[in-house]
Amino acid sequence: MLSKRIIPCLDIKDGRTVKGINFVNIRDAGDPVELASTYAQQGADELVFLDISATNEKRKTFASLVKEIARNINIPFTVGGGINSTADVAPLLEAGADKVSVNSAAVRNPALVDELAKAFGSQCIVAAIDARYVNEQWIVHTHGGKQPSDKELFSWAQECENRGAGEILFTSMDHDGTKNGFATSALASLHEQLTIPVIASGGAGTVKHFLDVFSIGKADAALAASIFHFGEIRIPELKKYLAQHTIPVRI
Amino acid sequence: MVLIKYNAGNIQSVSFALERLGVDFTISDDPETITKADKVIFPGVGEASTTMAYLRDRKLDEVITNLKQPVLGICLGMQLMCRHSEENNTPCLGIFDQPVKRFIPETDFKVPHMGWNSLTKVNDWIQPDLENKSVYYVHSYYVPVNNFTSAVTPYTVPFSAAMRKDNFYAVQFHPEKSAEAGQMILKNFLAI
Repeated sequence: MLSKRIIPCLDIKDGRTVKGINFVNIRDAGDPVELASTYAQQGADELVFLDISATNEKRKTFASLVKEIARNINIPFTVGGGINSTADVAPLLEAGADKVSVNSAAVRNPALVDELAKAFGSQCIVAAIDARYVNEQWIVHTHGGKQPSDKELFSWAQECENRGAGEILFTSMDHDGTKNGFATSALASLHEQLTIPVIASGGAGTVKHFLDVFSIGKADAALAASIFHFGEIRIPELKKYLAQHTIPVRI
Repeated sequence: MVLIKYNAGNIQSVSFALERLGVDFTISDDPETITKADKVIFPGVGEASTTMAYLRDRKLDEVITNLKQPVLGICLGMQLMCRHSEENNTPCLGIFDQPVKRFIPETDFKVPHMGWNSLTKVNDWIQPDLENKSVYYVHSYYVPVNNFTSAVTPYTVPFSAAMRKDNFYAVQFHPEKSAEAGQMILKNFLAI
């Protein structure tokens, strides 16, 4: 049976994991490769690395980091952050990334999704969508959730699928950082509507939230950052809990 | 050991996996080098018709079909070893006289089939201790279960997770991304 995936997300700035990571038994939590290896050993199913470097110059160092990650971990990983064109994607995939995620650039220029899917295959194109619930509508936001766009979550997700995205990464800006649970009803609607997998993001605080996102939200995968980085939830315990509640997980 | 160099998306990942296993190998698209290797890995991520065209242009289609040493096809590599793919109606190498079909999505079965799924009914070169172990998949096309199937994975329909015919071995999943289970399978192949 296909397992539900648990995906830790790491923010990378200038080649280092951003501060605030508090991990037991790790020498250098700022080293993305060491942190990634630790998560892989703990049973993470995939990893996501988001490059939040401010300049293009610093972004170039990201490709060499991607290569080091690929050299050292034996599970799949997605990279994203600042991807605007096929030229941005090629070096990341050549370095060994399995998938790339596009966000703001696709909202600005939806044809980018078609171009990327055609050039590299749908399986490696993740459409990342940040949305906020405003006046009874899920409004897609760009620039890290700061700027509202003219797009609505469900129609935009469907459009991304039609244009060739292989997966949707949906972050609820209303839930992100709250630790009050995922946006399960919006996720369940995406599941009903789409034929490609959906990764849920934003709101993870307890193991019960993961159970809910899979059983009620019907998500194919769940992504979280701080609760893993701070050791509030450990992946082996989380998977054990999910398995006890009959969620298929890889143990 | 030679890893066939062509426009496949996972060459870097496969070569890193071989490095982690301490294997001595070269990456080559030279027919003579490939033919003389003691083992050959035929990786693959991409689209069937453009990849077949690429292989034909360089006569690698004939080279691969005529290999006598153990050959391992991975993902698209396995699909291209079959007779024909529904992906853009592409005639393939025909080593396995089998069709490659597209998954039809259902509400609870998304396509691509993406993530970790289990190996069942393992036999032949897939060792018994891999039964029920999870491996990583990302694909929209599959080979139905047939006489050459060495492991089955259940999805919308049960499909061939692994196959073998004579010296040709093939896996639909990505051993290079399948943690310890994937390493075991690569080791199995390398020990043949």
